[in-house]
Parts: sequence; C-alpha cells; structure tokens
Amino acid sequence: MSFEQFIFYLLAAIASLSGLLMITVKNPVKAALWLVLAFISTAGLWIMAQAEFLGLVLILVYVGAVMVLFLFVVMMLDINMAILKEGFTRYLPIGALAAIAIFALMYLVLGPNHFGLDKVAAPVSQAADYSNTKAIAIPLYTEHVYAFILAAVLLLVGIVAAIALTLRRRPNGTVLYQDIDKQNRTLAKDRFVMVKMDAVVEKPPVITEGEEKK
Amino acid sequence: MIALSDYLLFGAVLFMISMAGIFLNRKNVIVLLMSIELLLLAVNTNLVAFSHYLNDVTGQIFVFFILTVAAAEAAIGLAIIVLVFRNRKSINVDDLGSLKG
Repeated sequence: MSFEQFIFYLLAAIASLSGLLMITVKNPVKAALWLVLAFISTAGLWIMAQAEFLGLVLILVYVGAVMVLFLFVVMMLDINMAILKEGFTRYLPIGALAAIAIFALMYLVLGPNHFGLDKVAAPVSQAADYSNTKAIAIPLYTEHVYAFILAAVLLLVGIVAAIALTLRRRPNGTVLYQDIDKQNRTLAKDRFVMVKMDAVVEKPPVITEGEEKK
Repeated sequence: MIALSDYLLFGAVLFMISMAGIFLNRKNVIVLLMSIELLLLAVNTNLVAFSHYLNDVTGQIFVFFILTVAAAEAAIGLAIIVLVFRNRKSINVDDLGSLKG
C-alpha cells in the first residue's frame, strides 16, 4: 500500500466514522462537531483529488460559516433531547436495511468492475506551477458568468429571506425605538426652555425662646 | 494508485450514512438538516472525483454552485427552524401537524 493510498483510506475512514457518530450521538452540539470533522477530512480528500480551491472553500465556507450557524441555532434553542431520541431503536433495523440496500446497489454500479484503474486510468498529475484556482476561475467568469451572477442573486435572496423570517417586530410602546428623523429636526429651543421665576431668598432661621423649650 | 471507484465508493458510504441518519433521526429537524448537508457532500465528492479523472474542470464549477445553493438553503432552513421554535416551543417533527396533511 503506497503512502498516497494510506492517506486516502485514513481520511475516508475518519470521514465515515464521524458521519456515523453524527447520526447516532444524542447531543446535537456533538453531532455538529462530528459533522465538522467529516467536512475537514473530506476537504482533505478533495485536495488529494487536486481540487485544492474547492477543498479550501469547503473548510472556509462550511466549517467556518455554515456549521457555526448550526451551532449557534442549536445553542439558542432549548431542546428536550429525550423526546427527540424516542423511536431511535424502533427505526434502526429499517434504516440500516435501507442504507445497506442502497450501498449494495451503488457498489454494483460504481464498484471496481466499472470504474477500477483498468477501466478509468489514473490521470497524470499536474505540474507544480499549475493553479487550480485559475483553472476554475477562467471558465467561471467566461462560459458560466450568467450562472455566477445568478448564484450571487441567490445568496442575496438567502440573506433577505433569513433576516426577514427571523426579524421580530414588537409593538410600539413595549420597546423604545430611536427616531433619527425626529432627532435631526430638533432645534435648541425644543430642548431648552427658559422659565421666569422669582428669586428665592433664604432667610436665617429665627430662634425664639418659646420654641426652644418645647 | 487510487482508483476512481475508491472515490465513488467513499461517496456511496457517505450517502448511505446520511440516508440512515434521515431514517433514524426523523424527530429532530436539526439533525435532519445536517444529514442533508452530508448528502450534498457525498454528491460533491463524486463530482470532484469525476472532474479529476476525466480531466474536465466543469465538474468543479458545478460543485462550486452546489456549495452556494447549499449555503443559502442551510441559512433559510435554520431561520425557519428558529421561527417554528419561537411559535411552538418545540422542533419535534410530530408536533408540526397543524395542516393535518
């Protein structure tokens, strides 16, 4: 077994094991962290397949943004774990059966009989100065530029939808809001009022004999 | 050397695990969403492997767009979960039957 194969199987084993743990652990925070490990080792596999840009994007976007969002939501919600894990053992046989059936079917189609090294030869490695980022960027900005712009619009729609859904409007009166228009329109005379009043002169207290005796 | 079938079978294993996760965790919406993310990762692995072995960069561009769509989907899905929890105080799938479907 060559070193390359050893790294491949190691990363694949880590990703599969952490995927298994993700679907079986009780605590959703731990599930999210196992999913992070699966993403990182899969990113390693993508880099081994000379897709360096996508491997790094997977770590930056998925581990850095999407999984942090997941953890944020999991920690924000107060979830009763006992109820959510009910029926886990009840569905275990049928879940395992369906999964194994799917894998067996996929093995028949995707296995070494059809996609082994003798059918699809290993590609030649790229030269050391080959830039995967450049190789993706040129068709992305020329052939697929409309799809690229559409993806940007999609992300904008995602931002607007997420903010509009979670925005909580509270009725006026319960919360004090800042009215910037009103603040800018204010003049000095609105804030500062001169009031005429008589001067108060403090008189020295007069002590009489009779009062002191009381 | 690593064969193309190794990458494809790794994708199949990830696909199998996440499908089992959808079967097992059918009450917890958050773990369901995470399983869908793993499912997309398995599909993307297939695309990256084919792109590498057929020497065609279009597969990687496709993965790029899938990642974009998946990120938007995760953000909106989590926003909907927060909204459901705020209104119902629960994210159990069985409690979400007010449409009586």
